[in-house]
This record gives sequence, structure tokens and C-alpha cells, in this order.
Amino acid sequence: MIQLTIFYIFAAVLLVAATVVITSRNPVYSALFLVLCFFTSSALWLLAEAEFLGIALVLVYVGAVMVLFLFVVMMLDINLAPMREGFARYLPVGLGVGAVMVAEMALVVGSSSAEFAEGAIASTVVEGGDSNNVRLLGNVIYTKYVFQFEVAAVVLLVAIIAAIMLTLRRRGGTKHQEVAEQVAVHKADRLRLVRDPRGKHDNQ
Amino acid sequence: MTEMPAFSLAVPEIWLLSMACVVLVVDLFFPGREHAPAFYLSQLTLVGAGWLALDAHWGMDEVTFSGTYIADSLSGLLKASVAGLAFVVFGYARDYLRQFDLLQSEFFLIGLFAVLGMFVMASAHNMLSLYLGLELLSLSLYTLVAYDRDSWRGSEAAMKYFVLGALSSGMMLYGMSMIYGASGSLDLAEIAAAAAAPDQGGVLMAFGLVFVFVGVAFKFGAVPFHMWIPDVYQGASTPSALFVATAPKVAAIALFIRLMEGGLGNLFSHWQDMAIILAVASLVVGNLMALVQTNIKRLLGYSAISHIGFLFVGFAAGSPEGYAAVTFYAITYAITTAAAFGVVMLLSRRGFEAESIDDMRGLMQRHGGFAVVMIIVMFSLTGIPPTVGFYAKWLVLQAAINAGLVWLAVVAVFAAVVGAFYYLRILKAVCFDSPDEQTPALQATASMRVLLAVNGAVVLAAGIFPDTLVAACRAAFGLA
Repeated sequence: MIQLTIFYIFAAVLLVAATVVITSRNPVYSALFLVLCFFTSSALWLLAEAEFLGIALVLVYVGAVMVLFLFVVMMLDINLAPMREGFARYLPVGLGVGAVMVAEMALVVGSSSAEFAEGAIASTVVEGGDSNNVRLLGNVIYTKYVFQFEVAAVVLLVAIIAAIMLTLRRRGGTKHQEVAEQVAVHKADRLRLVRDPRGKHDNQ
Repeated sequence: MTEMPAFSLAVPEIWLLSMACVVLVVDLFFPGREHAPAFYLSQLTLVGAGWLALDAHWGMDEVTFSGTYIADSLSGLLKASVAGLAFVVFGYARDYLRQFDLLQSEFFLIGLFAVLGMFVMASAHNMLSLYLGLELLSLSLYTLVAYDRDSWRGSEAAMKYFVLGALSSGMMLYGMSMIYGASGSLDLAEIAAAAAAPDQGGVLMAFGLVFVFVGVAFKFGAVPFHMWIPDVYQGASTPSALFVATAPKVAAIALFIRLMEGGLGNLFSHWQDMAIILAVASLVVGNLMALVQTNIKRLLGYSAISHIGFLFVGFAAGSPEGYAAVTFYAITYAITTAAAFGVVMLLSRRGFEAESIDDMRGLMQRHGGFAVVMIIVMFSLTGIPPTVGFYAKWLVLQAAINAGLVWLAVVAVFAAVVGAFYYLRILKAVCFDSPDEQTPALQATASMRVLLAVNGAVVLAAGIFPDTLVAACRAAFGLA
């Protein structure tokens, strides 16, 4: 009972935060509410006894990704007004489609609620005194799921290459530091002795 | 302790991934003149991958990597076709990219990774591998669509494609999670077993099936999930559009057959109606919208939607015969489309994109040989014998009629007749209109001309002698 109450509290916070992410006018607020989303969903995962995923979500997304995200949002000066132009116009259509989908799903789930009850869903939980998420994951990730693990790594590689390809611009006229040329330079390349045209030698 | 996977079965993927990394590094140190080393290495990689796929998979039926990877004739056939199509696309792309000052080795590199994603999908025997392969492919395609980053059309198309693609991935994942809940496994064989139970996995399974089906339809671009196709075809630079239009269509067949036939085949009665609706909608909307297009790339986009409708006619038949016909259809359609884009790229030159149908005017008088290629291609897309398009349509219709879907076959034929109008409109411009006076001579290189000629010849030859490919497609589904 108490678990259920906690679940509903976190789920409600998650939904509200997710809504604010897309409706907030200020991108920094959006990013911060996304952080709240991640926190609450990690709490939901903890409730579902998926503690490794919950911790990884906080560490990776909140700790690293969102910090980067905030940096980018703060450094880019994006004018959001033109991006929001169509929002009000398309909102009714979007809400309508969303409402139809929710109603349909509610009808299906409601009409056969026994099918969606706890017992009807196939159990994949491993029972055991000392079984924990990290150990279970560690046992299979490099053995049973090594193929998928590698493919996921390739997906990340493609993301890196794509990001660099789309943003790296080799413009003419940019200044580079050529260390080898700096080291190999001679005095004659940089220094030129000229005779003082006035013919005076005050220093001597 | 899990046993050692049979790495020898996954040799095509291993080769492809290793060589893609080699291309990445080689191009850094030896960019060469116009990235020639990267280009030739990529082509070598594709030839090797196609050959290895046939060699390692044809005639096999084995599952390895703890039941997540399947090597059978179907995967061999699909992988070899994907590699072959990518080979042709790269061949066309290089010339065009050079003319438009867009040549970077990353086009080939990202293309190789997309091919790797398609390979993973073709061999997936687990929803996780299927999804990861699909994401690898999609991510590469988004990048290719945005490849010409100074074109606002390309960026807009990439953005639309990315958002809609992410949405459809979300739908598919949601459905997969429901199916996982119903069956307790990600393994497609175990899902099939759960779906074969008397209650067919219950409402939960059917609930998941709908979302997965929607996700698959999105990836195909079937109506009403087709919105991204015309924009991507028109907005992306032509080589990228060519890539999106060819090999991924074959990979989508792999996605459908692995998931819907291999995993959820026992729920056929549930998804047959959805397939029929998508087929009819795609045939009608695709053909009618194509009628009013003046931009040839956009026209090819709507034409692709109508051909996807034909694919779904074959899926709705739900028989091995239908799947074999669909596989044949997708492979030959991709070859034909490659030639159509090839002509568009041939007529383009620095600073000028031959996008409008008017740019095709008088091709017959200017370059008779390439006009003949265009005629063959348009005949094939329409479905006029002796081109391969006729034979593909014939096989699909035959499968639909054998499955008792006579009315669906009739709708498909009517749609094809409507489609003939806009293909023939292009041919009218090619054959009977007089060319503009100031049109300069072609700038295409010899290699591109040869490739286009061979591509056109293959479309014709495969229509006159279709037996080998048909036999291969039928053998992939265990038909004699």
C-alpha cells in the first residue's frame, strides 16, 4: 500500500515535470525540469527493484549529460520566439490525437484489466538471497549479450562521427599553432637588423 | 556460463565493422586526391561483405550468440542485396558529390555503418538486436540526410525525419516492452512460442503488437505514417536521398519478416487487417499525390509510398509465397529506383540540380542512350513487361490472389494503372518535348555513365531472366 502511494506520488511529479519541460518558456527551466524527470523516474526504477538502472540514470544523465546540456543552453543564445510560432496552432490537433490514443488505450486496458493485473504478466524476476542487479547484469552483459553490447557501442561511435561531421567547419583564415614550425624557426626568420636612418648612436 | 558464440557465422558483420574503422583511420592519414583511398576501401568492404554474407549464411539455419543472432538463407540474401545496393549508391554518389563540392569520406563511412545496421537487423533473432540494428541504421540515415549542412532544405528534412523517427522508435519500444511483459522474453523464438499458446499471449500481446506494427509502418513509410518520405526525398542531397530510397527498403523487409513473421507470425489474424489498411491507403494516397508533383525527387518519394503499398499487399497474403514475392519486389524496386536517381544525378551539374520534370525535356535528342535507360526504369516502376517491375508486381498479386485477397489485388492493379500516368508524364518529357537551347553538355564522368548503363541493363535483364533471383527469394523462405 505504501509502495503504491509512493509510486503514484513519483509518477505524478514525473508527468508534471515532463509537461513543464516542453511548455516552459525558458530553456534553462526546461533543462532543470528534465533533471527532475530523471530523478523521479530513477525513483520509480528503484521501486521496481531495478536499482542499478536507477543509479546509472542519476549518474550518467543527471551527473554528466544534463550538465553538458545546461552548458550548451547557456552558451548558445537562441531566440526561441520563432521556434514557438506554430505551437498554439498545432496544439489542438496534437491534443486531439493524444486524447484519442489515451482513450483507446484506456478502453483496451479497462475492458480487460485482469490481463494487465500483476499476476498475468510473465515473471522474469530472479529470486535468490544474494542476487542483485549489478551482479546479474555483470554475469550476462559481456557473455550472453555481447553482440548487442558491441552494436550499442557502434551506435555511439556513429553518433560521435556524425556530430563531428555536421559541426566541424574548416574555414579559411583560422589561426592554428604549428609547434614544429615554431621549434624549427631561426633567428634570421624573425629578426632583421636595420641601420638607424638618422645615423645617431645614443646608446654607445 | 554461456558457451562460446560461433563467431564464424557473424563474419560479415565483423568484417564490415573492422573495415569501417580502417576506412575511418585511413582517411585521416591518407586523404588522397578526393578521398580516393576511403572510397575504394569502402567499395572493397561492401563487395567483401556481400560475398561473405552469401558464403557464411546461404543454406544455413543456425542461431548463435545465445540465441540473439540467426544465420539463414534469408539473412544471406538480404545482406548481399543491401551490400550490392550500397555499392551502386556509392558509385553514383562520388561523382555527384565531387561536382557539388560536397565530397567527404564521411559519406561513405556513415553509409558503411548504415549497412552494418541493416546487417544486424537482417540477422536479428532477438528484439534487442533488432532494435539496436534499426537505431544504428536510422541514426546513420538522419546524418546522411543532413549531410549537406549548408542546405536549409536538407536540415529541415533531417530534423523532421529525426523527430518522427524518434517518435516511431518510442512507439516500437513501448510495444516491445508490452510483448516482453506478455512473453517474458526478448528472444523471437520464445515470443513465437508464447504467441502459439491457446490464449496467444492474451490482450497484452495484442496491445504490444499494435504499437510494434505502427513502429514498423513508420520505418517503411506506409500511409498514414508516410509524412517524412516526400520531404526527405526532396530535401536531402540527391546521393543521400538515393541511399534512403534503396537499401533501407530491403532492410525494412528484414525488420518486418523477423518481427512479424518470425516473432508474431501466430498473431497473423491480428495484424493482417492492419496490413491491408496500410496497403490500400499507401496505394491510393501515394499514387494520387504523385500525380500532381513537378519535382522529380518528390515524385519518386510518393511513388515509393505507392510501392510500399504493394509490399504490404504481399505481407497481407501472409504466406511464404507472399514473403518471397515481397523480398523480390523490394530488391528489384531498389535497383530500379537507383537507376532513376542515377539519371537525375547524371543531368545535374555544378550549381544546378535537375530536380524538375522539365529538366528531363528532350533527353532523347540529347543523349539517346540515357533516355533509353530512363524509359526502361519508368516502364519497370509502372510494371510494364519485359522489365523487372512487371514480374515483381505479378508475383505479389499472385500471392495475394492465392491467399484469397482478390479484391486487394484488384485495388493494387487499379492503383498501378493510375501510377502509369505520372511515370508516362516523365517519359513524355524525355521523348517528345524539345530540349532547352542553352542546356550544356553532360559533365558526368565515364564511370558514372557506365554504372548507369549497367544499372539500366540489369533492370531489363532481370525482367527477361528473373528465374535466378526469384529462385533465391523462394529458397530463402523454404520454397522449392
